[in-house]
Amino acid sequence: MENLIGLLVAVPLFGAALLLCGGRRLDGKGPYIGTVLAAASFGIGAVLFADMLGRGEHDRALHSTVFSWIPVGGFRADVAFQLDQLSMTFVLLITGVGTLIHIYSIGYMAHDERRRRFFGYLNLFLAAMLLLVLADNYLLLYVGWEGVGLASYLLIGFWQHKPSAATAAKKAFIVNRVGDVGLSIAIMLMFTTFGSFAFAPVLAEADRAGEGKLTAIGLMLLLAACGKSAQVPLQSWLGDAMEGPTPVSALIHAATMVTAGVYLITRSGAIFNAAPDAQTAVVTVGAVTLLFGAIVGCAKDDIKKALAGSTMSQIGYMILAAGLGPIGYVFAIMHLVTHGFFKAGLFLGAGSVMHSMNDEVDMRKYGGLRRYMPITFVTFGLGYLAIIGFPGLSGFWSKDKIIEAAFAKGGTEGWILGGAALLGAAITAYYMTRVMLLTFFGEKRWVPDENGNEPHPHESPGSMTFPMIVLAFGSVLAGGLFSLNDAFVKWLEPVTGHSHGHSPLSAAAVTGGTVVVLVIGVALAWAQYGRQPVPRTAPRGSLLTRAARRDLLQDDFNHVVLVQPGQYLTRGLVYVDHKLVDGVVNGTAASVGGLSGRLRKLQNGYARTYAVSMFGGTAVLIAATLLMRAV
Amino acid sequence: MSPVYYLYLAALLFTIGAAGVLIRRNAIILFMCVELMLNACNLAFVAFSRLHGNLDGQIIAFFTMVVAAAEVVVGLAIIVTVFRSRHSASVDDASLMKL
Amino acid sequence: MSFPLLTVTAAVPALGAVATAAVPAAKRAAAKWVALAFSLATLVLAALVLVRFDPGGSRFQLTESHAWIKDFGVRYELGVDGIAVALIALTAVLIPFIILAGWHDADPLEEQRPNRRWRPTQGFFALILMVEAMVVISFEATDVFLFYIFFEAMLIPMYFLIGGFGDRAGERSEEETATQRSYAAVKFLLYNLAGGLIMLAAVVGLYAVTADDLGTGTFSLQEIVQSRAAGDLSFATSTERLLFLGFFFAFAVKAPLWPLHTWLPNAMGESTAPVAVLITAVVDKVGTFAMLRFCLQLFPEASKWATPVILVLALVSIIYGALLAVGQRDIKRLIAYASISHFGFIILGIFAMTTQGQSGATLYMVNHGISTAALMLVAGFLITRRGSRLIADYGGVQKVAPILAGTFLIGGLATLSLPGLAPFISEFLVLVGTFSRYPALGVIATVGIVLAALYVLVLYQRTMTGPVKAEVRSMPDLKARELIVVAPLIALLLFLGVYPKPLADIVNPAVDHTLSVVDEKDPKPDHPVDAGWFSYSPMHDGASGGAK
Repeated sequence: MENLIGLLVAVPLFGAALLLCGGRRLDGKGPYIGTVLAAASFGIGAVLFADMLGRGEHDRALHSTVFSWIPVGGFRADVAFQLDQLSMTFVLLITGVGTLIHIYSIGYMAHDERRRRFFGYLNLFLAAMLLLVLADNYLLLYVGWEGVGLASYLLIGFWQHKPSAATAAKKAFIVNRVGDVGLSIAIMLMFTTFGSFAFAPVLAEADRAGEGKLTAIGLMLLLAACGKSAQVPLQSWLGDAMEGPTPVSALIHAATMVTAGVYLITRSGAIFNAAPDAQTAVVTVGAVTLLFGAIVGCAKDDIKKALAGSTMSQIGYMILAAGLGPIGYVFAIMHLVTHGFFKAGLFLGAGSVMHSMNDEVDMRKYGGLRRYMPITFVTFGLGYLAIIGFPGLSGFWSKDKIIEAAFAKGGTEGWILGGAALLGAAITAYYMTRVMLLTFFGEKRWVPDENGNEPHPHESPGSMTFPMIVLAFGSVLAGGLFSLNDAFVKWLEPVTGHSHGHSPLSAAAVTGGTVVVLVIGVALAWAQYGRQPVPRTAPRGSLLTRAARRDLLQDDFNHVVLVQPGQYLTRGLVYVDHKLVDGVVNGTAASVGGLSGRLRKLQNGYARTYAVSMFGGTAVLIAATLLMRAV
Repeated sequence: MSPVYYLYLAALLFTIGAAGVLIRRNAIILFMCVELMLNACNLAFVAFSRLHGNLDGQIIAFFTMVVAAAEVVVGLAIIVTVFRSRHSASVDDASLMKL
Repeated sequence: MSFPLLTVTAAVPALGAVATAAVPAAKRAAAKWVALAFSLATLVLAALVLVRFDPGGSRFQLTESHAWIKDFGVRYELGVDGIAVALIALTAVLIPFIILAGWHDADPLEEQRPNRRWRPTQGFFALILMVEAMVVISFEATDVFLFYIFFEAMLIPMYFLIGGFGDRAGERSEEETATQRSYAAVKFLLYNLAGGLIMLAAVVGLYAVTADDLGTGTFSLQEIVQSRAAGDLSFATSTERLLFLGFFFAFAVKAPLWPLHTWLPNAMGESTAPVAVLITAVVDKVGTFAMLRFCLQLFPEASKWATPVILVLALVSIIYGALLAVGQRDIKRLIAYASISHFGFIILGIFAMTTQGQSGATLYMVNHGISTAALMLVAGFLITRRGSRLIADYGGVQKVAPILAGTFLIGGLATLSLPGLAPFISEFLVLVGTFSRYPALGVIATVGIVLAALYVLVLYQRTMTGPVKAEVRSMPDLKARELIVVAPLIALLLFLGVYPKPLADIVNPAVDHTLSVVDEKDPKPDHPVDAGWFSYSPMHDGASGGAK
């Protein structure tokens, strides 16, 4: 069984190599090869899952060392895999949703001439993401971590001929790199503190180190998580990342890659548990981001960017839960999985809409699409109900638990976090209802473009609707199934640990509160976008709306604080290097040249001048000799 | 008579020769001044020989004469050639050696 | 007497240079093949050195030792340790690719043909082989004087390679290009000559000190190290520092370390891409190699004394080089500044004085050689096609030449140390090695990885993506010859990124030895985890317990 773990990574990696190096011969078959290999890796995951279920709950982790990777003195890194319940959850999510999105892409990318490469990148992403969750040490995790970053870079910039896509891709990679600095430093700190950076020893003996060290490690891990999961202050890349093809947004920037930060924090639970300050930082980041993303989501007219804001916000919930410690880890992962279903479904629905609307993304130019695209409408609608936490659907179960856990944190902190989470739920209900109303309800608002092409909305082909239907089932059922008999808690508890906090509010009160804010949010959106017609061009809006449209000025902030000073610095340094550093060198050369020019004038060619200098020299020598003798 | 007076005479002759080399421009005169300096040296050598009572100085004086003779041969030949090509015996006209 | 493998390894490219130069003017195509054949023969010999070298064996292996200039105690002494073996292998691997990549570099000169004996092609390839011979013997020499001779002699062929051959003029006038090129060549020569002369003074000083203490002067590294250990030889503190500085200056110029770096962008910018690779990937490595072999081992005390300053300079190199790379408008100069940043990492690793730092630095030398070669050679193919080095003259190349763009991207990703490719491992080891002794420096150096991402991706975005510019519309993709150059380099980057253990195993013992000469030990972890956790690791076979 252990050997199968390596195969899990190897299969999509092989697919990536085959498709990227295969040449034009594979252009036609490429999408199918990629999809089959993704499905194969899901199959392997399922076999391993069945095997894992067959064993006792404390005997489920598998470990396999493939080879010694970097052995230098006390620094030992192995290519070794570890498959426990937490990794297993991710494996099934990644390969499952991944396979569905491969299938979807067959239809979505059917007319793109570079689709072979697209599927190659998708397979590369799967391999890297699986490596990330299967690694048994932080350094190998880092490989997967940057690997998914690379895949994300390649896929965001897949339509490279668009300058905006190329810029967005670059931005995503560089912002992620800032996070990676955090991960690098965390690994180095672990090495100097523990002499190891493998999960098992570090996490088992974490509490032996001082709290200061652990806090430092925790904060660095949080920085890494912020980069990958688009949390404040490294959130700015996610909105731009929507330049990528929609299946990519669904898989990478909604369901899997962006949740890697949650995985990292949950995996490093032992470190955070012993470093309360770091935990405080985590919950703060989570709470701030969940509101930030939600506010941004309210103002965007681009359907994908609205969903991106939503993703940011939902991951904020997960980070918040993970920062709560053992009372939250399980629910962070549970929300991660349910979010994986409904957000992927929503993105695929958005892609389906764009596909039929000539790639129009502005929701103000949709309207009334429910009549034209019934399947998309129903699946999107179910995803919508799930994300706003409609009682009984997936999002309800997982989000409710997080809000409950936030209150259970206790004290003022608990009230603040719980309040923020509740407020977030209200805003979520508002902006998602807005998306729903703008897209599927009301009157049709599309018009022919300059060339006279009028969109003809139509239902997407089967290869696209099938994954949407499957994900819709997940959105409806997953949360309930997980909560049945606390199945998910029991499944993950051996890995992450679990404890019940003491909530000042009863579970029923929290649920009631959630439902109330949900109704308020929906009602507000209905009042604004359902009852009255929607203008085709966005009104100017309040100051907050305008700021939110500009992603709450995050890019302006980065531009003023980082980009511009950086540009001045590099320009200044180029000047300094040329004028000063090189100038000193060339100045030395010039002064030697100048001096020799002066000396050259002594050589005037007149024999008597030379004679004088000879006589003078001789006289000086004689004088010197006599003087020396006299002394 | 003390040999020291010969040394004074040698010094005087040398100074005259040196001054001539530095001041005059005609190559022939220059040449003669050089000869004057060499002969001043010869005189000094012979005087020293007498002063110290050995023959070293006289031997060196002979060497000097041989070298001076050789120098005259080469030097005059050069001067004649230069005069032929430039119609001038002034050393200032031959200043092409400068950089 | 056993077979003098090391001498032969250095002699074969030298012979190749002679043979190439001797090819008649009319048969210039043959000259290329002769040069390629000799470089491949050198590769085989280098492989033989690699095979015959026993990582667990004695310090210097395959040694040869003959008296040379008896009066001055100069010996012809060769020997390799793991570090030298790795770098000889790198050199031997890169030269055939450099020759193949520069297959047509001398052609523009052939067109001039001022007289019948004009044969730039022969000259170009003979000079490359000459450089290879000198670099190889520099890596092999264990006698300081012998090393010095070839360290300096290398400048002569390099001067002619930089000054004599360059890209087609492109936008600039032919005359301006020639001026710039000779400026670069003279700058290269003067810089390195200045360093070399200061080193010569230190070499003479070294002789004087050994002659004083040992009776007969010697330049033999091993003899000096052993006599110091035995207490027969001791340097006065100030003498040792002066000698160290003399050596270090020369190596810092060659490496190049900030602020002695300004010759590199000129030299790399003006020469053709293969020559630029020769400079940065091969010749400059002699500088960092010599720091490890000569500076640290001859003058351990002075090395420790100078460490703080050198570390700061290395750090400045890293950040400064990266920032300047961001600000460049010329593709080749950008890569040159990136290299300055990378040399900063190498020097940082060497002087961090930890096993991770120095092993990382050695691997870095190898990996940087391969990654820069990949990036620079592809950049060279690109520049040859368009005839311009300016980034602004490109755009959308990805659309017309996807393979070229793909290989360029991989070279760039290697340059920014993407995990999975070889440079990541060396960079991370250097960072860990530095961090474990100097946390603050390690943290600042880590910022370099963000800047690396910035300059690589900005370069890629501006040249390869976006709308296709009219001038690049008809650009052909990589040809077979070019693919043969790039594909193996990329394969090596991948292999050494996934499985660097064979190389690390060769390098580690040599690094341990160097550190024992310097008398430095790795800092211990604050709260080491139980040794039982490592029981599955091959290095701790005897340890008790199992993975829990």
